Amino acid sequence: MSVLLNKDSRVIFQGFTGQHATFHAEEAMKIGTKVVGGVTPGKGGTQHLGLPVFDTVEEAVRETGADVSGIFAPPPFAADAIMEAIDAGIKTIVVIADGIPVQDMVRVERYRLGTNSIIIGPNTPGIITPGVGKVGIMPSHIYSPGRIGIVSRSGTLNYEAVAQMSELGLGQSSSIGIGGDPVNGTDFATVLKAFEDDPDTDAVLMIGEIGGPQEVDAARWAKKNMRKPLIGYVAGLSAPPGRRMGHAGAIISSESDTATAKIDMMEALGMFVVRNPADIGATVLRAIKS
Amino acid sequence: MNIHEYQTKDLLKHYGVPVPPGRVVHTDAQAATVAEEIGGSRWVVKAQIHSGGRGKAGGVRVGNSIDEVRVIADEIIGTNLVTHQTGAEGRLVRRVLVEQASNIVREYYIGLIIDRATRRITLVASAEGGVEIEVVAKQTPERIIREIIDPAVGLLDFQCRKVAYKVGLKGALLPQAVKVMKGLYRCMRDNDAIMAEINPLAIVDNGQLLALDAKMTFDDNALYRRPTISELRDFDEEDPKEVEATGHGLNYIALDGDVGCIVNGAGLAMATMDAITLHNGRPANFLDVGGGATPEKVANAFRIVLQDPAVKIILINIFAGINRCDWIATGIIQAMRDQNIQMPIIVRLAGTNVEEGRAILNASKFPFIIASNLNDAAAKAVAEVNNIVQKVTPLKKEHS
Repeated sequence: MSVLLNKDSRVIFQGFTGQHATFHAEEAMKIGTKVVGGVTPGKGGTQHLGLPVFDTVEEAVRETGADVSGIFAPPPFAADAIMEAIDAGIKTIVVIADGIPVQDMVRVERYRLGTNSIIIGPNTPGIITPGVGKVGIMPSHIYSPGRIGIVSRSGTLNYEAVAQMSELGLGQSSSIGIGGDPVNGTDFATVLKAFEDDPDTDAVLMIGEIGGPQEVDAARWAKKNMRKPLIGYVAGLSAPPGRRMGHAGAIISSESDTATAKIDMMEALGMFVVRNPADIGATVLRAIKS
Repeated sequence: MNIHEYQTKDLLKHYGVPVPPGRVVHTDAQAATVAEEIGGSRWVVKAQIHSGGRGKAGGVRVGNSIDEVRVIADEIIGTNLVTHQTGAEGRLVRRVLVEQASNIVREYYIGLIIDRATRRITLVASAEGGVEIEVVAKQTPERIIREIIDPAVGLLDFQCRKVAYKVGLKGALLPQAVKVMKGLYRCMRDNDAIMAEINPLAIVDNGQLLALDAKMTFDDNALYRRPTISELRDFDEEDPKEVEATGHGLNYIALDGDVGCIVNGAGLAMATMDAITLHNGRPANFLDVGGGATPEKVANAFRIVLQDPAVKIILINIFAGINRCDWIATGIIQAMRDQNIQMPIIVRLAGTNVEEGRAILNASKFPFIIASNLNDAAAKAVAEVNNIVQKVTPLKKEHS
């Protein structure tokens, strides 16, 4: 998909020389991602993985023309790293960290206002465009090029859906994790719009979970604005109220937060819905044949 | 993380929010002493547990003499208080808050939440105090006033005035209301709370505003930078299995079924529970082993799941991305051997190093039930449970 990660994207990693960033930058380069360098304060001027290291994102953007950044900074430092990327004019910012304080994200979202930056995450496996590249931690070998767009809050459930689709011969145009936190950078509706505008995508699978209004907001947006088939699943049918189910954002605080309320609303708004997680692949196939 | 009412009130007092004179105690004798020290003619004795609905459950009572305070405290301390939030087993009351009783003229609700749609802290207020805000929101949504706070400038005086006027806090009450709202906001912001509420905020008979009850929830992810808040954590109020799981880097939540679950990833863990439920089974727990799970971590997951005596079988569902199926399989074998596990184990492995993982399971002497996909795993798990239940209580006469 051309909006977030395409063959022209120039990628840097923040926290580049750290263990995780190193591993996942190498994995990304193996599948063809155009990685142009990285940032680690204090290590500017050195080389890592054969690429230049910079002290600041501003310098990295000036020297390499980077427009995508994968942030591997740990949670206490992630908010600052995101704002540095916004300040430097990075267009797509992928934030892997799980455990950023929620009030930090409230401030980050305020700082982002009026800029052209898009934040993917936090607490996301990232973005992958099979055949083009990835910025994230997902296992690229399970994905294959195709024409279905995927957007999800969960990582492993995204993999599960991909496996079910692969069995039926369905590949992906792009897969985007918007993350499991209560305050995230990009919501479902924004990603749906990108897929709707993408000529390489025929249908979109949206994988939600309990907590928050994003699934239903997206379904409302889609009813008005989307022509491509939209398939939806919401995890947490059997989750008890008031408990945080692993993800900071996966908590039932009111009736509208439940999986049943969301899936019923999505169905009422005309989406193809999946009630049993084992039926995700089959429902996608049914939707594109309809 | 939740804290007790008395801890919340101590915090709020530091931010200029008026609360009734009172103190927390652990015995009936201390309750009587505190009542005498704080003075007055009536006192409220309030059970301190992490749960709403304490009043209806008999955990909040008024004493009209020092002796009555002593008797009430004696009755409440040491009981298992059963509220609509504790479950049938209730929660042991270890301490009570003794406060001067107030003559209430009117009650209001003031709260702060992080609104997920606007991604901002939002002030919520209502003239319907003393009632759960969720109930007001459902029955009379027009009576809820909201004001969105810009994090760049914080909660502004004029916003507090707007809200105060709308709920009817006027005249001499206005400056008091502004002070309460700003104090609550600063307390939430400075301590990384994700929810703070005063309910009720009462006008008492001397014309003052008082926070009669208050609740705050803190961001677990920010506790590393809030050491004074971390110290308020009360492990007695938490499931020991959940505390132990957190210590091992596992995410565990106890549920009331009999199918133990070990899964990687929060979303897949919920979906696994859903698949079991859709096959008419009942998950015993949510458990996410996370990414990069070592054999030791997997073995610890078994230990925690098996602490629940209701567990009859275990379903392992792994879709390895940054995990490795061979490590998971090694952990399963280690647990089977070291913990002498006899119950049926259903295993579904997929993703990174899946062939190596399956080979490790096959080479062992343990009779694992291998599932090919999510649906197969849930179906086999529920069939095994039903099989065990039937053996325990035979429905048909056994053939000889």
